[in-house]
Amino acid sequence: MKFEISQEEQPTVMVAPPVEQRVLDVRGLNFYYGKNQALQNVDLPVARHKITALIGPSGCGKSTLLRTLNRIYDLYPGQRAEGQIMFNGENVLNPRDPVDESAATSGRPRVGGDLSRLRARIGMVFQRPTPFPMSIYDNIAFGVRLQRSVSKAEMDEIVQRSLTRAALWDEAKDKLHQSGLGLSGGQQQRLCVARGIAVEPEILLLDEPASALDPLSTAKLETALVELKDSFTIVIVTHNLQQAARISDYTAFMLMGRLIEFRPSSEAFVKPETEAMRDYVTGRYG
Amino acid sequence: MAPGTHSVASSSRHARRKLINYIFVGLTSIATLIALTALVMILWTLVAKGFGGINAGIFTQDQPGGGSNLGDGGLRNALIGSVIMCAIGMVIALVIGILSGTWLAEYGDGNKLASVVRFINDVLLSAPSILVGLFVYECLVSHVLGHFSAIAGAAALAFLATPIVTRTTEDILRLQPNQLREAGMALGAGRGLVIRAIIWKASRTGLVTGGLLGFARISGETAPLLFTALGNPFMSFSLSQPMASLPTTIFQFALSADDNWRRLAWVAALIIATFVLSANIIGRALAARGSSSK
Repeated sequence: MKFEISQEEQPTVMVAPPVEQRVLDVRGLNFYYGKNQALQNVDLPVARHKITALIGPSGCGKSTLLRTLNRIYDLYPGQRAEGQIMFNGENVLNPRDPVDESAATSGRPRVGGDLSRLRARIGMVFQRPTPFPMSIYDNIAFGVRLQRSVSKAEMDEIVQRSLTRAALWDEAKDKLHQSGLGLSGGQQQRLCVARGIAVEPEILLLDEPASALDPLSTAKLETALVELKDSFTIVIVTHNLQQAARISDYTAFMLMGRLIEFRPSSEAFVKPETEAMRDYVTGRYG
Repeated sequence: MAPGTHSVASSSRHARRKLINYIFVGLTSIATLIALTALVMILWTLVAKGFGGINAGIFTQDQPGGGSNLGDGGLRNALIGSVIMCAIGMVIALVIGILSGTWLAEYGDGNKLASVVRFINDVLLSAPSILVGLFVYECLVSHVLGHFSAIAGAAALAFLATPIVTRTTEDILRLQPNQLREAGMALGAGRGLVIRAIIWKASRTGLVTGGLLGFARISGETAPLLFTALGNPFMSFSLSQPMASLPTTIFQFALSADDNWRRLAWVAALIIATFVLSANIIGRALAARGSSSK
C-alpha cells in the first residue's frame, strides 16, 4: 500500500516501440466491473511480431487489460470499457454492427458478426487448459470451420501445421482422433495454442498460460511461443518474472489498475526505473 | 493458552469430543440402518411375492378378465402402454426441459423472468402428481379431446418429468467452467454455437442422467394416469384411445379379490421396481463416471 500515493502522481515511464511497428494501440483505457474501476487511463502499445509481457501483483489489472483486447469481457453484463483500442485503424471498443447496438441497450451479452471476426483475428489462450470435449483434430478444426469451408486435405494440413508450430505434433500425431481431454495438462495447453493459431490470427493473447503447468511443460510452451513470434504478435500475462524476462521483448508493469512502466524487457528487468517495479522484480512486493 | 495447561485441558476435552463423536456416528448409523432396512424389506417383499409369478405369458398375453376360468393372462398390454406413454412423455420433457434449462443456465443470470421461471419450476418439481393429473384432465380430457386417451396420459407424464430435466440441465450446465465458454467465443464462435457444440457436448453424461432420473420418476406414476389414460383391458396402440399401463393395472388388480389378478399386480410391481432401480443405478453410474473424468 505504500506505493499508493506516489503512483497517483507519477506519470507512466514509457519507452514505446515506434508507431509504425504497432499492431495494436491502447490509449486512455478505463475499465469497470459494475461500479468498480479496474483500469485507469491505461496506454499499451503492442509491437508487431514481438512478445509483450504484462506483469504485476495479483489484482493489478493485467488480466483485465488482456480481456479487453478481444472483448471477451462482453460475455458478462455489467463489465464495460472506455477509451481506445486501435487495431488496424479501428477502435475495437466501438460497437459497429447492428446486432451489437440493439443488444447493448437490452443488457444482453453483446455478440455480433464483427466481434466474431475480431476474435478470429485476436486469439486467446487461458490460464487453465480448455480443450473442447472432442478429438484433438476437431479441437483445431472447430475454429477454422467457423471462418471458412475447408477441404479434408487442407484441414489435415492445417491441423498438422498448427500442432507442429505449437510443438505438439510429435506427441499427438498418433492420436489425432482421440479426445483432447486425454492429453496431459501441458499438452492440453499446447493444444489450445495450436487451436488458437490454426485460424491464423494476427495477435495471440495468453492469460497466465503456464501457471497450471510443471516446469518441463512450461519450457516446451515457452519454446513454442518464441518460435511463434515470427508469425504472430503475442501478448502474455504472467506471474513468472523469469518467464517474462526470458521470452518477452517488451514488458508492461502494472499496479492497481495503472500502467507504471513500459519498456523493452532487456532494460526493464536489469534496471527498473520506478521504485514500485524495482521492489516487485526484486521480490519485495506482491 | 499457557503451555503448562495444554496437555491436561486437551486430554479431557479430547475425551469429551471423542464421546460426542461416537454418539453422533452411532445416531447417523442407526438412521441409515432404518432407511436401508425399509428398502430391503420392500425389495424382498416384491421379489418374494412377484418373482414366482413371472412366466413367458406375462410378456406375451394381455391381462385376463376376472375369475380363474379365463386362463393366467399376462401384462403385455400394460407393459407396452407404459413404454409408449413414458417414451412420448420423455421426448416432450427432454425437448422442453433441456431447452429451458439451457436458457436458465446460459441466459438467465440477472434476468427477472428467469428467477420467476426457476421458482415455478421448483414448485412444479414438488407438485403432487395427482394435481398434475387433474390439471391435464381439465385441460385436455374434458375439454379438448373429450375422452380418456394415451396422449393425455403422455402429456401428464411429460408435465411431471419436464421440471426434473429442466433442473438437472441447468445444474449440469452451470458446472461447466466459464473459461470453456470463453474459449469457444475467443475463436469467434457465437454464444449459441458454443452452447450447442461445446457446452452440451461437455455435459452429455449429465443430460442423460437427468433424462434417466426423469424416466424413473414417471414410470411408476399412477395418479396422473388414472385421470388421463384411464387404463384399457385390451391391447391398444392408438394414442387417441385409453391405454393400459403398469401402475394403473397394479392399482386395479392389487385391490381385487381375484388371486390371479393379485399375482399379476405383484409381478407388475416387481417389473416397475426393477426398472426404476436400474434406471437410477445407470443414471448415477453415468454421473459418477462423468464427474471423475473431469
